[in-house]
Amino acid sequence: MTGAPQDGSAAALTAALSSLGARLFPDHGSVQDLQRLSGGASQETFAFSYETGSGLRPLILRRKPHERVSALAAGLETEAELLKLAAAAGARVPAVFHVLTAQDGCGVGFIMDRLEGETIPRKILRDARFATARAILARDCGEALALIHSVSADHLPSALRPAPGSVRVAELKAAYDTIGRPNGVYALALRWLADHLPQDPPQLTLVHGDFRHGNLMIDEGGLAGVLDWELAHLGDPMEDLAWLCVPSWRFGEIEKPVGGFGERETLFLAYEAAGGGCVDPARVRFWEVLGTLQWGLMCSGMAEVYRSGADPSVERAMIGRRASEVEIDLLDYLAPLTEET
Amino acid sequence: MKVQDEPTAAEILPAIARFLRETVTTDSSAHTMFQARVAANAVDLAAREATLAPRFDAEETARLTKLLGEEGDLLALNRKLADQITGGTLTLDTPGLKAHLWATSMAKLAVDQPGYASYRRAVKRRGG
Repeated sequence: MTGAPQDGSAAALTAALSSLGARLFPDHGSVQDLQRLSGGASQETFAFSYETGSGLRPLILRRKPHERVSALAAGLETEAELLKLAAAAGARVPAVFHVLTAQDGCGVGFIMDRLEGETIPRKILRDARFATARAILARDCGEALALIHSVSADHLPSALRPAPGSVRVAELKAAYDTIGRPNGVYALALRWLADHLPQDPPQLTLVHGDFRHGNLMIDEGGLAGVLDWELAHLGDPMEDLAWLCVPSWRFGEIEKPVGGFGERETLFLAYEAAGGGCVDPARVRFWEVLGTLQWGLMCSGMAEVYRSGADPSVERAMIGRRASEVEIDLLDYLAPLTEET
Repeated sequence: MKVQDEPTAAEILPAIARFLRETVTTDSSAHTMFQARVAANAVDLAAREATLAPRFDAEETARLTKLLGEEGDLLALNRKLADQITGGTLTLDTPGLKAHLWATSMAKLAVDQPGYASYRRAVKRRGG
């Protein structure tokens, strides 16, 4: 949902941000163009600007309103911490401008710079103005992931969840069982994942967890910033390389496995050249299958979200019916078509 | 079965989709226009399901009956299929399993998303 905030809390938020602006800017930053960008029940994202003596400062506020502080406080503070660590490691991310405190009266969360660019996949993959960017994006992504994975484990926030392959396979099996609808292709994929589970890596690294179109800010010069660190965890670094190659993120450009814009070899070479460690293609393949199934189960789960009334929109229902795209993609991985099929 | 008068549901649905695409989207907010396009796609899906599902369901039931050697409704047969795949009784080496899974998923895509690129590629490869 995009648009101006609708309830009385908008005025309260503007007032709180105004007094924060007055404290942060010696020349009294006033709040401009406050817009709600997205958000579920617990987390909200706003775009706004501070007008300062030296011009407009475009910003993003990610917050949870006060009343939910106790249950969910760890997430956004961890996210802000990770953005700082990723920036220090040299990755392109929005700079954290301010971490909210109780004194600010805006809830729990943080304010970061608003990057210019595009996140809509079909524009990035088709518009002429991104032609140059498309040619270098696979390399940019490999470099960015190498830098993200290089963050020293000693510095990582303790709230990060360890989730190597063994944990993730068990979670997907549990999700499949919860949905409770028998599916031959999902059963086949779960069986394959259990049979091909690689040894967990000796050292788990920071994993972004949702490194794909929509969370990558792209401009004419390539990757401008990595957004949305909500799903970050400790894991197998190959997971991030693989998630970017999941067929559903190719948006029609299926012959270009990396996000619909590049080749795996380009991504892997750039990753290794930037110090990301040795890429094991078999391991990446395992994570691609896992990621594909994960997206399928997320789609399948939408049926219940729709049916329960939690989100009764047509849009939600239609995401549920995207589950079958994953079946074709899983079969392409596990049982590719031959003469006899 | 009770025979309804005409036009049939399958004939009415495209008119709703056209209304959503051509009328609603001309003077609405960006968000409503987006939702209307999604709704038009949903109506098209429902129309494809109304037309195609009876035949697809019958074919799937026939394949499962042969593969599993027993009869039952589609949900029960699919539960049996999934259990046997999970347990390793049915594998990709089992004659007919791979062909069955492909045929079933392709039928779903024909209803859900006939424009999905991997589906279109598979249609070509299967010589369809």
